[in-house]
Amino acid sequence: MRPSASQSWPLEAPDWILNGPEWLNDLGYDFYKSFVFDNRYQMYIKGLGNTLLLTLLALLIGVALGVVISLIRVSWDKNHTEMQGPGKFFLGFFNALAKVYLTVIRGTPAVVQLMIMYFVIFASSRNKVMVAALSFGINSGAYVAEIIRGGIMSIDTGQMEAGRSLGFGYVATMRYIILPQAFKAVLPTLANEFIVLLKETAVAGYVGLTDVTYAGNIIGGNCYDYLFPLLMSALIYLILVMFFTFLVGKLERRLRSSER
Amino acid sequence: MSAEIIQTIALQKHFGGGDIKALNGVNASVKKGEVVVVIGPSGSGKSTFLRCLNLLELPTGGQVLFEGMDITDKKANINLHRQKMGMVFQHFNLFPHMTILRNMTLAPIKLLKKSQADAEAKAKALLERVGLSDRANAYPSQLSGGQKQRIAIVRALCMDPEVMLFDEPTSALDPEMVGEVLEVMKELAKEGMTMVVVTHEMGFAREMADRVIFMADGKIVEEGTPEQIFTAPRQPRTQDFLAKVL
Repeated sequence: MRPSASQSWPLEAPDWILNGPEWLNDLGYDFYKSFVFDNRYQMYIKGLGNTLLLTLLALLIGVALGVVISLIRVSWDKNHTEMQGPGKFFLGFFNALAKVYLTVIRGTPAVVQLMIMYFVIFASSRNKVMVAALSFGINSGAYVAEIIRGGIMSIDTGQMEAGRSLGFGYVATMRYIILPQAFKAVLPTLANEFIVLLKETAVAGYVGLTDVTYAGNIIGGNCYDYLFPLLMSALIYLILVMFFTFLVGKLERRLRSSER
Repeated sequence: MSAEIIQTIALQKHFGGGDIKALNGVNASVKKGEVVVVIGPSGSGKSTFLRCLNLLELPTGGQVLFEGMDITDKKANINLHRQKMGMVFQHFNLFPHMTILRNMTLAPIKLLKKSQADAEAKAKALLERVGLSDRANAYPSQLSGGQKQRIAIVRALCMDPEVMLFDEPTSALDPEMVGEVLEVMKELAKEGMTMVVVTHEMGFAREMADRVIFMADGKIVEEGTPEQIFTAPRQPRTQDFLAKVL
């Protein structure tokens, strides 16, 4: 019988399950409830799409922010003793700002930051994906900044001196000589940060964004049965992470074999 | 304009808020086309002196005049002056993420606004001269120390510098590779390049220097022709040092 729209779970399993072996009937009914009934599988797909979009946007924001913050921190640390005048004042100001940002973002949970962003700062916005992406991006930026800062500091000071001695300014030397090497050095760590970020977006359901986790949560609630829905959510993350880990491994091998 | 291309006046460099006086009032000059070799015990300030000439080390006092201009002046554009002062480092400092050709053409293309073709033609001609034209597309990690240093020299030459500064260019090399680097430097000297060389290679100093400067404790103790310094040093400090190294 066809369930009406108001029913959130089917009264009984369809014939193709009941006609199967008897010991599979209960499990089959649960499966049917969790994925097939009411086209519920579409919700996981929607969740997967949102999770990936959210992660990608947050990554872009995070890397952009991370590069800027790390450059401010490194430039200040290396140059402030020799600087004078307004340049020193501005760099010092931005450096202090960067330090506050790093402390606050790394010192508070991502969920709380997300909720403040959605319910307080962007309370008037209903664009959940954008607000969440911004929030996770700002969060990720703090970690990316420290990763890149470590990469820049791992480059021998002779590289900066060589660039400067040829006549390049500080910024040009950073751009052509230091940053390309630093990026290459931290690429595997950055890729790892991406995987961490992917899993961190699982709290997006706190603001009602239908990501992989929230999809499983909603369906589980509708069915009064969380086994299959949450297993499915976990499985999607696992497959994604395994896939990206595989890619990172490939990347690392490529980097190791190329010229350093 | 005077023949002096570089002149330092009462040059001082103090580290740690004045506790360590790496340079303590150095007055020196380098004439166009001259090869000046700076020798001295380690810690004498000779490397600091060289690095002050292109402000890789900011002097804490005194002046550095380059082509008659005070480059320690805050208003001087040091990047423009550095384009005319090639520098060769002890540890080569080639850019490991670029091919040899790219190492050599980056600065001429970006700073002198040369076309890629022009820059590469010049780089290839220089590679030919140091016998490394087959390594143009190699990466620095694929080269030996001696090859790296020869590349570092020609990389600096790609900018058509007025002066070449050498900061212990052979100190990090295996003994069998010292010769090939010194050979390149000798050729350069013969062509009339103005050179300031900090080195422990007394043979090079004796053979190629127009003038030898002996430094100790952040000061110039004695300077003169190689014959005078090596055969008849006047100062006891110089005699002492040379007795140990020769």
